[in-house]
Amino acid sequence: MTSTLSLEQQQQLRRLLENGLPLTSRPYQAFAEQINSTEQAVIEHVKDLDQQGLFRRFGIVVKHRALGINANVMLVMDIEDERVHQIGEALGEAPGVNLCYRRPRRPGWPYNLFCMVHGRDRQAVEAHVIELLAQHNLQQRPHHLLFSTHAFKQRGGRYNQNKTGTV
Amino acid sequence: MDEFDRRLLNRLQQGLPLVRDPWGELATELDCSAERIRQRLQELLDDGTLTRFGPMFDIEQLGGAFTLAAMTVPEERFDEVTALLNDIPAVAHNYRREHAFNMWFVLACPTPEGITQSIAEIEALTGLPVLNLPKEKTYHVGLHFPL
Repeated sequence: MTSTLSLEQQQQLRRLLENGLPLTSRPYQAFAEQINSTEQAVIEHVKDLDQQGLFRRFGIVVKHRALGINANVMLVMDIEDERVHQIGEALGEAPGVNLCYRRPRRPGWPYNLFCMVHGRDRQAVEAHVIELLAQHNLQQRPHHLLFSTHAFKQRGGRYNQNKTGTV
Repeated sequence: MDEFDRRLLNRLQQGLPLVRDPWGELATELDCSAERIRQRLQELLDDGTLTRFGPMFDIEQLGGAFTLAAMTVPEERFDEVTALLNDIPAVAHNYRREHAFNMWFVLACPTPEGITQSIAEIEALTGLPVLNLPKEKTYHVGLHFPL
């Protein structure tokens, strides 16, 4: 760790970073003033955090519904255990698949591979998923398309605000 | 949304440069003024198109935990249960989906124990069993919406 920030300053900075970058010409200078440090030390520390892999990404969070991306489907499939890794990797790289995870099967829930596909309208998303299944020869595997009809809550995960609370 | 918005948002979805004056650097790339970028971003934040920008912490790298969970909520209780879940801070997203499991939500907690506790709390509050589907393997995460 090459940072010159104290532990307390590091924690303060994380909280500030979670709220987003200020819209000023020198956002890190603004942070530095708030934690009583220097712009250089703040930038160095943020780079350290980035290099440690603590950021999923460093950019924007768009409310995709506000941008007209109104259709979102969760495609769930039951893929044989010995093939699920290979199929997961292939679908994860397929165009239009934004998220791809393996999850456990449960009683009453036979599906172990999950893909999220977003698009402007339902017909286009559905056609795309059918094509994906065909391309990977998965039409015969048990699968289901779960379209979402309402989003009740959408927020970014906040971690640094409340370290002790659980819910 | 015009051509400038599209260029700006597509560019920002690739990430912000980690430099003293990120807006100035973007302005050079997009051939416009930094002031115009900041002003437009403020408008997009104000009207809710953007929620925020900056680093998104990977809460698992910080010791936190996520899970995807689902419930079968009787139709006549749907609004009531939605309201209960929306008041729980660990619930990050909540979607209605077309399936017998009709409520799907993401839990995000500072610790893995927090997930277990949140699920127990939701089951106690609603009287409904929760299907807990933590991810076992990530094949791809790249929420990117070409505009």
